[in-house]
Amino acid sequence: MPKKKLSFEDAMKRIEEIVSDLERGELPLEKSLDRFEEAVKLARSCQQTLEAAQKRISKLVRTEEDSFTLEPLDEPSED
Amino acid sequence: MRPIDDAIEKEKVYSVSEITSCIKDAIESEFAQVWVIGEVSNCKVHSSGHTYFTLKDDGAQMRCVLFSGSARRLSVLPENGLKIYARGRVTVYEKQGQYELIVTTVLPTGKGELYIAFSKLKEKLAEEGLFDPERKQPLPKFPSRIAVVTSPTGAAVRDVIRAATKIHQGVELVVYPVRVQGEGARDEISQAVADLNSLGGFDVIILARGGGSIEDLWAFNEEIVARAVSDSEIPVVSAVGHEIDYTIADFVADARAPTPSAAPALVLIDYVDVKTRLRSLMQQARSEVFGLIERHGQFLTGLRSHYGLRRVSDRLTDRARDIDEMLVRAETSVVSMTDAEAARLSRLKGEFEALSPTATLERGYSICFHGDTKKIVKSYKDVDVGDSVSIKFSEGGVVSRVEKRGKELT
Repeated sequence: MPKKKLSFEDAMKRIEEIVSDLERGELPLEKSLDRFEEAVKLARSCQQTLEAAQKRISKLVRTEEDSFTLEPLDEPSED
Repeated sequence: MRPIDDAIEKEKVYSVSEITSCIKDAIESEFAQVWVIGEVSNCKVHSSGHTYFTLKDDGAQMRCVLFSGSARRLSVLPENGLKIYARGRVTVYEKQGQYELIVTTVLPTGKGELYIAFSKLKEKLAEEGLFDPERKQPLPKFPSRIAVVTSPTGAAVRDVIRAATKIHQGVELVVYPVRVQGEGARDEISQAVADLNSLGGFDVIILARGGGSIEDLWAFNEEIVARAVSDSEIPVVSAVGHEIDYTIADFVADARAPTPSAAPALVLIDYVDVKTRLRSLMQQARSEVFGLIERHGQFLTGLRSHYGLRRVSDRLTDRARDIDEMLVRAETSVVSMTDAEAARLSRLKGEFEALSPTATLERGYSICFHGDTKKIVKSYKDVDVGDSVSIKFSEGGVVSRVEKRGKELT
């Protein structure tokens, strides 16, 4: 299992892969449980991404030549 | 003193060069960047590639020059009879005492001319292959960071934010503020696309602008914007104007959204059903694993009934312990397990524990081994009076000698 945090897309792909491995039923119990555990961890992190409640909206502001900083964007009011 | 000498005494006298130089300074600083509208006449392209022409209206005319370097960047060039907007600086050619407009930008006037310019550029870029489907980059499946190049105060930015957060709260939106119409818009937009590429870390770029006239949307029909979009290594979604408005940017971009509020759906589409998908995948995974555990449980139960305690081998002991550990691990890892599933897992765990000989001994049973053969004694026939036997309890054991044996003996 790779140590590096997978992107959402890769995590979803990996979960799909694990499920189809489990479906095929060729893995020994121990391997199956390992995969299952991996899938649960990935699913948990995907879930966290999906439920990240905070809206992150900012704007890029040029500080000097070729240098930028992120500032909160004042959302335009409804009119 | 003659009056003329008196005047000369009081006022400054310029040489022609001096006055021309002063006029040059005055004119050039006053008209360093101007737009002039007029009709083109006397248009000649010199062998050097520079174009010389006159701009005129009913009351006046003015000499203009368009250098080849500037001409190369333009989609519309001066032609006799064409009414144009020319942008440039006024300069004075001192040797001939003439002023002229050094033109850097030419825009046709009126919608008719805008459409001509639009079609010309479209044709040119299509010929270069900028609209080819194979040049289009696929949009990322689950973007986490989206750049929005737009006016920070317009309706478009609000539409994009609202539509995006409705689909997926967790997405990060970074607005790159630019002017989306008028002077400088095309440069700011193309610069923004280039900057975002050099900054990196963005999964997709959305170019957004609300609806408007062809003039309002013109920046998105400029070649410099088309080139920036085409050069972008980050996929670009063009979301300019209303559904019916097509801009050059739409053709060059990797995807076109009919309106700014439709753009987020295009880039976030995979998030729409992903929660349901994730849940069903995990349910599937769980049922596979539980099925597997159950099958192993049946295998163990089968083993026990077949061989009984007669052949409680080390292998079985180890296996039961392994499975036990695995179950504990699986149990702690199943975060979102339902109560029914948790109960099932703990029942299965209990069954495995019952299989372990250690647990059996704990319930008060003991195992008797023959002193010489070390075989488990299951029948009085396995020993003779006087044989030595060792008895294993849950805790420790004893070695003893058989005094009596018999079928009815307990």
